[in-house]
Amino acid sequence: MSNPLADMAKPDVIFCIGTNMTECHPVAATGLKKAIARGASLVVADPRRTRLAEMADVYLPIRVGSDVALLLAMAHVIEREGLIDRAFIENRTEGWEEWRRHLKAFSPEWASAICQVPPVDIERAALLYGRGKPSGIYYTLGITEHICGVDNVQSLCNLALMTGNLGVEGGGINPMRGQNNIQGCGDCGAETFVFPGSVRIDDAAARDKFAQAYQRPDLDLGQPMTKVTALQECGKSIHAMLIDGENTVVSDPDRIHCEHALKSLEHLVVIEIFMTETARLAHVVLPATAWAETEGVATNTERRVQRLRAAVPPPGVAKPDWWIISQIARRLDVPGFEYESAGDVFDELCSLSPTYGGLSWERVSRESLNWPVPTPDHPGTPMLHVGEFTNGRGKFRVLGYRDPAEVIDSEYPVWLTTGRRLQSYHTRTQTGRASGIDYLLSEESLEIHPQDAVAWGFRDGDWAKVTSRRGSVKIKVRATERSPRGTVFASFSFADVPVNNLTGSGYDPTTHTAELKVCAVRIEKSSG
Amino acid sequence: MNSAPSSVRSILSLDGQEIQFHDGETIYQVARRARREVPTLCYDERLEAFGACRLCVVEVEGMRTPVASCTTKAAPGMKVRTTSPSIEKHRRTLLELVVSENRQVEVNPLRGYASQELTTLADRYRARNGRFQGKQSGRSHRQDDNPFILRDYDLCISCYRCVRVCAEQEGDYAISVRNRGFATQITTEFDHKLKDSACTFCGQCVQTCPTGALADKKAMRAADAPGEIRKTRTICPYCGVGCSVDLMTKGDRLVGVQPAMDGPANQGALCIKGQFAFDFVQHEDRLKHPLIRQPDGTFKEASWEEALDVAAEGFRQVLRKQGRRAVYGIASGRAPHEAAYTMQKFIRAGFGTHYIDNCSRA
Ligand code: SF4
Ligand code: SF4
Ligand code: FES
Repeated sequence: MSNPLADMAKPDVIFCIGTNMTECHPVAATGLKKAIARGASLVVADPRRTRLAEMADVYLPIRVGSDVALLLAMAHVIEREGLIDRAFIENRTEGWEEWRRHLKAFSPEWASAICQVPPVDIERAALLYGRGKPSGIYYTLGITEHICGVDNVQSLCNLALMTGNLGVEGGGINPMRGQNNIQGCGDCGAETFVFPGSVRIDDAAARDKFAQAYQRPDLDLGQPMTKVTALQECGKSIHAMLIDGENTVVSDPDRIHCEHALKSLEHLVVIEIFMTETARLAHVVLPATAWAETEGVATNTERRVQRLRAAVPPPGVAKPDWWIISQIARRLDVPGFEYESAGDVFDELCSLSPTYGGLSWERVSRESLNWPVPTPDHPGTPMLHVGEFTNGRGKFRVLGYRDPAEVIDSEYPVWLTTGRRLQSYHTRTQTGRASGIDYLLSEESLEIHPQDAVAWGFRDGDWAKVTSRRGSVKIKVRATERSPRGTVFASFSFADVPVNNLTGSGYDPTTHTAELKVCAVRIEKSSG
Repeated sequence: MNSAPSSVRSILSLDGQEIQFHDGETIYQVARRARREVPTLCYDERLEAFGACRLCVVEVEGMRTPVASCTTKAAPGMKVRTTSPSIEKHRRTLLELVVSENRQVEVNPLRGYASQELTTLADRYRARNGRFQGKQSGRSHRQDDNPFILRDYDLCISCYRCVRVCAEQEGDYAISVRNRGFATQITTEFDHKLKDSACTFCGQCVQTCPTGALADKKAMRAADAPGEIRKTRTICPYCGVGCSVDLMTKGDRLVGVQPAMDGPANQGALCIKGQFAFDFVQHEDRLKHPLIRQPDGTFKEASWEEALDVAAEGFRQVLRKQGRRAVYGIASGRAPHEAAYTMQKFIRAGFGTHYIDNCSRA
């Protein structure tokens, strides 16, 4: 997030796109609800009529995967109406003229045909966002889990740049990160494109620094490989994997392909707290300590670095992940794994990461700060982009709309989109084992619009067979107006309804993020 | 929420002492800053002050009757007395009345964060004897079979904190009030089960209830377990908001979670997952020993030495036969930094590649 969570109660206009915040980030959503109670306006773009949508002043039930078209048209209106921030554009951006000329072609009428929402609503949304002082953008995986995920994010940046909504309280572009430490995972360099501190691996100086620190003179300059590629390479060029606490088989798209990939490895080691579907495929399973048993650090969605503390002992002989990984490394004679505590590991990270340079185990145990924290006396950075951008000027990216990897046709005539539910988390390895959760959510269901239910001959609770080009699942039907006509929804939380048999039609070419939010399916009656 | 204090400063006299205050502060806020122990029951600093219980009354020179300090704004030159024999008597009488309405004053602290407030005040004012014995407002709602929130309305004192937290903090309006006075009853729309209301089971009402009338059913399962309750500050393990929580333990048992009122990301708020989904940790399904797969496909328990040797040997073999570009690592967005950092170092230092990624792409 460019802005702190506390800012959520401050915008004048809130623009939420592709985020089911009341279910996925409920406590953050309370901030928005306060802003609304205080008189802020809310624009929501989401194919599903979520709780957030019900609170909106302007609700745009756009067709899945049509975000770029909507955002182009909003930019078009903002430019046409002169709602731009001239001083900001002049002083802090580049590429404006080109972007401005590009925009002329993308009227609300043009977008309306693609997004399937009335042009006047697009117009209203644009006017609200353009006039807000400030306007804040909030999004989640509904924006990134598309083949055009990068374009979606760039489109949002373009909007914020032209209206000067960056580096201001209550404004900004704010992705809400899904998992408790997914932000931190990237901060630590556990991501193929970056070193710790989010420095790119094709940066020669950084490469030299790490080659030296890790005593690895032959460390690659560049040459990333994403997980998506790695799974395709299993049994071809990739023959061994170490997986730490990820239930890849259930959470990744195209489960059948994924299982096959892991099975074709010569050696698979999984560090886990439960015997997950993924751990079952391993040659060695190593028991890790869980939350509440582990000392450590996590970074939340607003870049706040916070201490985790242990309160109870682990079961059996379970050990912290860092200990297990270090033990394997030591047996392979990899230097630099002589850690004695979580604090040793964290301090090493701080010594190598420019964004964590001013942090230490001692300091995070005392206070929580938002990175970057470059020096030990630095107070942290709750808001990014104040006064200037780190990489010079903010660039307008000229881009256009593309169809999703897969579009509906006569054989697969229905859109499927996926997401989470409030009461369960991811693949339920944890919430599924918390008592009481079943009282509220005991099984998965396919949400379809009541009129579609009638048209397709379903009643609530009937079994349906959903088929995509990759596989099929059986699932119970639930009629609800949360789903628009022609689009159905399910979560990927229940292992017995493996919705990821269906998804995985394509990937963003830059980030390799899977297009989990759109695929084309066929729905038939089933006996259960 | 009370309006944020601006920078304008004035002075009032508090028990004879000159105190500076910001424009917009209430007498109660000024008194708290000056470390006066003004008792409250209907007050929660995150909520709009309500002025219902009248325990927080103070004397202000020039006013005929004492005023509720939580709803009265400080004014320049005001002369305030936070305590006097007659104020203390008034507070004691009020507390006796409240206590007499209650089936039970002493409740288990596992019920909720604020559940001890009434007990503590009753003791401080020695108000436990029941002068008004017999009059009871509210009634229990035992037929609500939800596994999270106990609705023990016999203990309710109609402070409306639950109603207000639901509306003001959560924006959910799941709780409402019927009737007034002794017949007042806190309930949901149409008096149904919480499950059939707008309730999301965030637990906010439980944690603000000053009497334990609303209580954490899951934590209460450990009410009879031996040992003191210990609290450990950490962060919720679920989504990226990063809410601060206090883990409640008794001995080696994790018995519950309470929100941290000063948590920077949540200021006392939680959702159902952070509040109630903690007990996966000590679930019997947890892996307790290293496991090595046997030729017949089953897993055999092994010692750390043995399992780590097999784990390392497999990587050594692949490295020897297929080279350093044959090994890949996947880190977790759920594990702490130390896990993610050592994972990427294992790959970069161990094999000289960047063949490391995490689950953010899925
Ligand atoms: S249930 Fe608790 S919080 Fe709600 S009004 Fe009664 S005493 Fe107050
Ligand atoms: S309590 Fe809810 S909103 Fe807060 S971090 Fe946990 S899952 Fe997220
Ligand atoms: S605390 Fe002031 S009236 Fe209740």
